[in-house]
This record gives sequence, structure tokens and C-alpha cells, in this order.
Amino acid sequence: MKTKKSLLQRYAASPYMVWSVLFVIAPLLFVIYYAFTDRNGTFSFNNFSRMFSGETPKVFVISLAFAFVSTLICLIIAYPLAYSMIKTKKKTQNMLIMLFMLPMWMNFVLRTYAISFLLEDRGLINQLFTSIGLGQIKLINTSGAVIFGMIYNFLPYMLLPIYSVMSKMDKSLIEASEDLGCNRLHTLTKVILPLSIPGIVSGITMVFVPSVSTFYISQKLGPSDFTLIGDEIETEIKSAAGSYNYGSAISFVLMILIFICLIVMNKFSDEDAQGGMLV
Amino acid sequence: MRMENVLLRLENISVSFDDDLILNDISLEIKDKEFVTLLGPSGCGKTTTLRIIGGFVNPDAGNVYFNGVIMNDVPPYKRPVNTIFQKYALFPHLNVFENVAFGLRILKKPEKEIKQTVNEMLTLVNLSGFSTRNVSSLSGGQQQRVAIARALAVRPKILLLDEPLGALDLKLRKDMQVELKNIQQQLDITFIYVTHDQEEALSMSDTVVVMDNGCIQQIGSPLDIYNEPKNAFVADFIGESNILDAVMKEDYSVSFAGHIFKCLDSGFAEGEPADAVVRPEDIDLVEPEKGMLSGTVTSVTFRGVHFEIIVDIRGFKWMIQTTDYYPVGMSVGLVIGPDDIHIMKKSEYSGRFGDYSTYSDEIEELSENTEEEV
Ligand SMILES: Nc1ncnc2c1ncn2[C@@H]1O[C@H](COP(=O)(O)OP(=O)(O)OP(=O)(O)O)[C@@H](O)[C@H]1O
Ligand SMILES: [Mg+2]
Repeated sequence: MKTKKSLLQRYAASPYMVWSVLFVIAPLLFVIYYAFTDRNGTFSFNNFSRMFSGETPKVFVISLAFAFVSTLICLIIAYPLAYSMIKTKKKTQNMLIMLFMLPMWMNFVLRTYAISFLLEDRGLINQLFTSIGLGQIKLINTSGAVIFGMIYNFLPYMLLPIYSVMSKMDKSLIEASEDLGCNRLHTLTKVILPLSIPGIVSGITMVFVPSVSTFYISQKLGPSDFTLIGDEIETEIKSAAGSYNYGSAISFVLMILIFICLIVMNKFSDEDAQGGMLV
Repeated sequence: MRMENVLLRLENISVSFDDDLILNDISLEIKDKEFVTLLGPSGCGKTTTLRIIGGFVNPDAGNVYFNGVIMNDVPPYKRPVNTIFQKYALFPHLNVFENVAFGLRILKKPEKEIKQTVNEMLTLVNLSGFSTRNVSSLSGGQQQRVAIARALAVRPKILLLDEPLGALDLKLRKDMQVELKNIQQQLDITFIYVTHDQEEALSMSDTVVVMDNGCIQQIGSPLDIYNEPKNAFVADFIGESNILDAVMKEDYSVSFAGHIFKCLDSGFAEGEPADAVVRPEDIDLVEPEKGMLSGTVTSVTFRGVHFEIIVDIRGFKWMIQTTDYYPVGMSVGLVIGPDDIHIMKKSEYSGRFGDYSTYSDEIEELSENTEEEV
């Protein structure tokens, strides 16, 4: 059936179109353009071949590994947390959500600063340790600190989608499963877990993507010459001799890698749950 | 009733939610293989009663016994009871087969047995070809039947059904009523069935439990409930009834509507006020001068098998069912035999039900009146 669209309906989407052309498509085209050209603007694959030499492949692997670990830990923390949250009263739930959202209102850079204050050799945690007689422990400028920073910054992005899927779940399904003989563990594995996969998938996406491309956390909390792929892009673009070209090429490869990860994950989740959503 | 026969017993159960008393001192015994129906208006506490039996609500006071053993603290998954939920609650991530197999897999039955039982159950509910279908692609009636198959597959001792036919159209509903009754008899299990449809309750049950406002009003066989309602609420809720303010003259004699009738009831004090019930189908219509009472027809409605006419007798509107047609405005006489009258003790419900002045045509008049009053 075809209905005649009103003028408003026909053009209602146009601001969004303009917005996405300006801020999504255009930057993407720039990235691609720079990635496939050299400094003089002539077409070349040099940026890509350069990537296979030097440190870059190693940095890629480290970045992916760090993002993977922090995403996994976020999931391990957020899932039971969300699960126990939905068992509490609605009021308590709202308060807990607020509590987890609160750090998000603070600037990302400030948040990372705050962590470094906590972890410093003479920071709050070490002061606490020395005061109770434990020795000072090297916390800052370690890989652990980087992971911690990522988790601290991105945990809410894992928690929220999982919590929202779980809290919208029909409670009578849980009762039905108990009714049919499931104890709590079985109810969790056979009903709640499969039904919360869409939340897990979007949580993973929302943590993995920023983790893999982050740059500030590693500089502030990691060991002195520690670089993630985000740092490499940043240095390349900022450096006097550098240009947008090599940085763009790295970004381009990173985008493709992330895209592949997401596709694989969506495939995997679609098999288990109908209604698994893309991103 | 022999005690060994009692499968489930509720003893003085009370429940409050947010300080509202939802169930008020409910006591109920249910025998093995019995078909018991909880009948009552919306919000009277039927679902809550089922949830107590299923273990999803803990009573504030009172006990639940199964086979004489107290069950209050037994979690739902350990109770020999299965539920068909008011909204089915089928698992959306599983297909029809896996939904039905769910309970069997938890019991770790061998695959071969699971397959056989599931297919048996699906055949029982007439869904044999639907194994691989996604549950969300099924119609309401089909989902309903999957829910029944799923609950029956684990062979519960008691099946709790919460308005299972509520979403179905009349035809399918009638078919499913017969089907459910057959299933119950075939499998020899106890059904506790919730409905607010009195016809459904009367036609299917061995025992009907009439509830209102968190209290049990009457427990009895469908015939008892219909013929000997305990109070005005039950009389009004089950079938149509004319309920009149009456006074017992002596045993077997009662006065209402300005006439003294012979009746079959005794045991009241002389001059005790009571409520008299006269069912619309029990009243005979005759010429005005030959009737015990007489009045004027104010409305006629054709109901298929019979006419439903409203007769105004001294301001009280009677409903009478008859196969003959009487035009509006005609004078008629009423004859009421002794066995057509049932006398009930006065209760909190007295005077609230049983007059048909708000019925059909009269509604317009009435609403005009209220408008004037406002
Ligand atoms: N979890 C709850 N919290 C607060 N009030 C509740 C809760 N469950 C039920 N009630 C209240 O208890 C009363 C009885 O509810 P119940 O669901 O038992 O009614 P019902 O007889 O099944 O009605 P219906 O025919 O509409 O399904 C209602 O007033 C309802 O609002
Ligand atoms: Mg209900």
C-alpha cells in the first residue's frame, strides 16, 4: 500500500542527512583520501607498506589484546552486577545506575588524572598500604594500570546495555523457568543469559571500540614508552615532520579490524538469540 | 471427605501487598484428580492464590500443605506443581519443541525419551507439525497450547491454569474447554483453574470456589453453587438472578414483593429478614389476574433460544426468560413455585445486586435522570 507522504514527512529526515554527510561521511572520505595518497597528494600504497615495518604491527597486536582483556573484565564485572541489580527494588536500581553514571559526567581526561592520583607511588592507595604496614607497590606506569584505566572509564558502557535488556525482560519467563524445575543457576544459564545476549553484544561493542583506539589512558597510566595504536596515530598526526597520511592509513586499518570484529560477533550472537542487534 | 484424599490444602492464608489485604484468611482443600475452579471478578485475588500454590508468593500468614506436608518454604522449582501463566510466558529464544522439552532437559531425561514425550504432548494439544516453529510466530491460541504442552510434559501432580483461555475467541474457547477437560481426565491430574467466566467454571469443574475481595464466598459443586448460592454476591455472579428483600414468615413460608410464597427453606427465625433468589428461567408468565404478582413489560431482548424480558412490579425490575414473545407495555402475571425460590441469609452484599433497573432500555432513562441530578 502506498500512502502519499506529507511535505514534512518527506523532508523530516533531511537535517539528519546533512548532519551525517558533514560529520560521518566527509571525515571518512578524508581518512580514505589521506590513507591512499602521499604528502604531495598523489596516489600511493606507501602508507600501508610502511605499516608492516617497524613497531606498528606489534602496536596493533598489543592494542587489540589490551582492548580484549579490558572488555572481557568489564563483562565479567558488569554482568553479575546487572543481574544482582535487577533483583533489588526499583528505587535502589535507579540509585545504583546514578552511582555508576556519576563518573561519566566528569571529563574523560580529568577522570584519568584522578586515577593516576590514586595509583601514584605516593598516591592514595599506596599511602593506605604503607599506613597499614604493607610496602609501597608499583601501580602507576604498568600495563595493569592501563587495563584498570580502561575498565574504570568504560565499565558503564558495558553495564547500561546489559542492565537495560535485563530489566526489560519479562519476569514471568523467570518464573516459568523456576516453575519447570530450574534452580537459580539453571534459570540464569538457560533463560536469562540467552535472552540478554543483545545487551552483551552492544556492551562489548561499546567497550571494545573505544578501548582499542584510546590514546590518553596509555600515556598517562602506562609504562614510559608504552604505545597503543591510538597513541601512534596521535603522535604521527601531531609530529612536525608527520602528515595526516600515515595516521589516516593506520586509522583506516583499525576501522576495518573493528568492523571485522563486530561482524564476527554479530554472526555469533545471531545464532544464539533472535533479535540480536547490530551494534 | 477422607483425609488421605486431600492433595493440597490451604490453611488460613492471608497476603497483603503495600498494606492492602489481598487475600483474607483463605482456607481450601483440593482432592486428588479434582478439577477445581477459582471464580471471581477481576482483582479478587485469584492469580495471587495460584501464585501462593506455585510458590511465587509467600503468604504473610497461613500454611500450604501438599499431601499433608507443609510446603511454605519449598521453592517453586521443587514443587510438584506446574503453572500455565496468564500471559503464557513462552521462552522467545526457543522454538516450540524446545519450549516443551525445557522441563525435561532440566530433569536430564535421555534424548530419546524427551523426543517421544514432546511429540506426545504436541499431539495431545494438536500441534504436531509445529515443532520447529518460532513461538513468536504462533497465534494466541497456539501459544496457549504450547504452554499447556510445556507444563504437562513434566507430569505435574497439580496443574495451575491462570485464565488459560482468556485470549481465545468463543469458538476456540469452547473447543479448548472440552480439550482441557479431556486432557485432565486422560492424564488423571489435578487442575486448579482460574477464570472469571462463570459459564466456563460451571461447565468444566468438579468444584467451584467463588471469590470476591480476597475472601472465599462459597465452595461447592457447580449445581450447588447455582441452585443454592450462599449470598447475594454468589447468586448475582453465577447466572442471572432476581434478588429480593424478603422476610421469613415461618419455616417454608416467605414474604417478598408484597406476596407470601411457599418455599422449601427452613431454619430461619420467625420474621427474620433474608434475601430471596428467583432465577429468571424459573418464572412462569400467565395472564395478570392469574399471577401471584403482576406488572408491566418494559423491555424485550431476543437472545436466540429465549427472550429476556424485564417486568416492572411495583418499581422492582424483574428479569424473566421465556420462549414466548411479550410486547413492551403488556401486563403480565408471574407464577413462582416453591422450588423456584432460594432463601439466603442477609450478608454485606444484600441490596447491592439482583435488580435489573439498569438493564437495556432503562439505561438511557437512567442516565438522563442522573444528568438532571448533577
Ligand atoms: N506484586 C503485587 N504488588 C502489589 N499489588 C499486587 C501484586 N500482585 C497483585 N496485586 C494486587 O492484588 C489484587 C489481586 O490481584 P490478582 O492478580 O490476584 O487478581 P485476579 O483475581 O487474578 O484478577 P484478574 O482476573 O484481573 O487476573 C489486585 O488488586 C492487584 O492489584
Ligand atoms: Mg489474574
